[in-house]
Amino acid sequence: MYSRTDSRKFKTISRRELLKLTPVIALGAFAIPQLQKPLLKGGLGFSDWTSARLFRSGHLAPTFADSELTPLDKFPINDYDIDDPQVDFDKWTLTVTGAVQKPGEYTLAQIQALPRFTQNTRHVCVEGWDVIGRFGGARLSDFLKMIGADPTARFVTVECADDYYESLDMATAAHPQSLLCYEMYGQSLTREHGAPLRLSVPTKIGYKQAKYLTDLKVSHVLEKAGYWEDQGYSEFYGL
Amino acid sequence: MATRAIAIENVKTGEVTEAVYEHPFVVRLCHWVNAVSLFVLAGSGVQIFRAFPSFGAKIPQKDLLNWPKAFALGGWLGGALQWHLTFMWIYIGTGLLYIGYQIFSGNYKQVLFVRRDLPCVWPMVRHYFLFGPKPPAREAYNALQKHAYTSAIGLGALSVLTGLAIWKPVQFSWLAWIMGGFHWARLWHFLIMWAMLAFVFGHLVMVVLHGWNNFVSMFTGWKKDPEYRSE
Repeated sequence: MYSRTDSRKFKTISRRELLKLTPVIALGAFAIPQLQKPLLKGGLGFSDWTSARLFRSGHLAPTFADSELTPLDKFPINDYDIDDPQVDFDKWTLTVTGAVQKPGEYTLAQIQALPRFTQNTRHVCVEGWDVIGRFGGARLSDFLKMIGADPTARFVTVECADDYYESLDMATAAHPQSLLCYEMYGQSLTREHGAPLRLSVPTKIGYKQAKYLTDLKVSHVLEKAGYWEDQGYSEFYGL
Repeated sequence: MATRAIAIENVKTGEVTEAVYEHPFVVRLCHWVNAVSLFVLAGSGVQIFRAFPSFGAKIPQKDLLNWPKAFALGGWLGGALQWHLTFMWIYIGTGLLYIGYQIFSGNYKQVLFVRRDLPCVWPMVRHYFLFGPKPPAREAYNALQKHAYTSAIGLGALSVLTGLAIWKPVQFSWLAWIMGGFHWARLWHFLIMWAMLAFVFGHLVMVVLHGWNNFVSMFTGWKKDPEYRSE
């Protein structure tokens, strides 16, 4: 195609083409402080929504050979506050509340009486590092059956001896690799790694795998997503 | 390739110049949205990297580099993740729109480096780097430009794939596996960012060297006085 025009008409044509690009300016909304927060919250929310849809109940996290394990002394001890919240093991129980048939206090012996599973899985921290650890414990799904959790409930939330708190969506809680973990590397959990009971959930990011558990609640609505979630981290963060 | 061309007669002097419609609207739109996305993703990406600036073990941790906070976006890890997880959707969206448009409109021929471009590579290298004579231009992009743009599109796709592997190393475990696992995928993602930034740097240098008419064409689509003939 070849046509002729004069320079004035060409200016009009060019200007029209330039104006078509005005939608790009909409991205400037991210620079406006009042809009930035809700926009980023929306973006994070969309990512979480997508994450929940990408989660497959039957899909297992990769497992590793014993030779690939990170040595226990090289397994980082991460917490938001203190390494050892001084849990009194003799008096410790897990307090179960919420949408369950049998609420109350559960001892470690009751949890250890459930079938024990051991798995070498990757622990991924939101900071970017990762380690492969050996985790042993009871399936969270078995425990939920034991306490008679309402099958229509949507969340499992936990509270910890160091005032940390976390939540899992029910699909993740019911995943076969989600453990109430009382062993690492074939030994009882050390205090720094969350004794006497922690979560080991290889389909979730590290900060969701709370340590020093004291309370577990089954619920239909999410009251508190988690300590880091309240600071602005992703609520779902499934791997 | 049939390119839309126009002869412009200056109303005052009567001088006639030629202009070619080089960049269709969708391409321009994607280009500028993507420019913003790349800026945000790289800025928030290095802020995320600052949380663990290493590709080795956590214990003992050997930092690779101490990236200054002033050249990062988001303020802290959580803030940077919000930017990253928001703009990745815009980045993926523009990427898909661009690739879809290029394929269905046939405009991909403008940028896709193909076998036919191979013999033209060496003369262009000689011209750019060894002060050789300028090979005659027959289309919008020469062989090296096509090579650069094709590579950038490839890097864009790889940045998304490596990103998915570190965002979802369990659900996309096969993807992470191809890259050597989560740990390696994180390194690939980082290296691909630098490759992309190297492209952007070279791209900006060439934009400066090619002058005003070329720069304006990415806004209006029309390039005045093209160095090549349209027909």
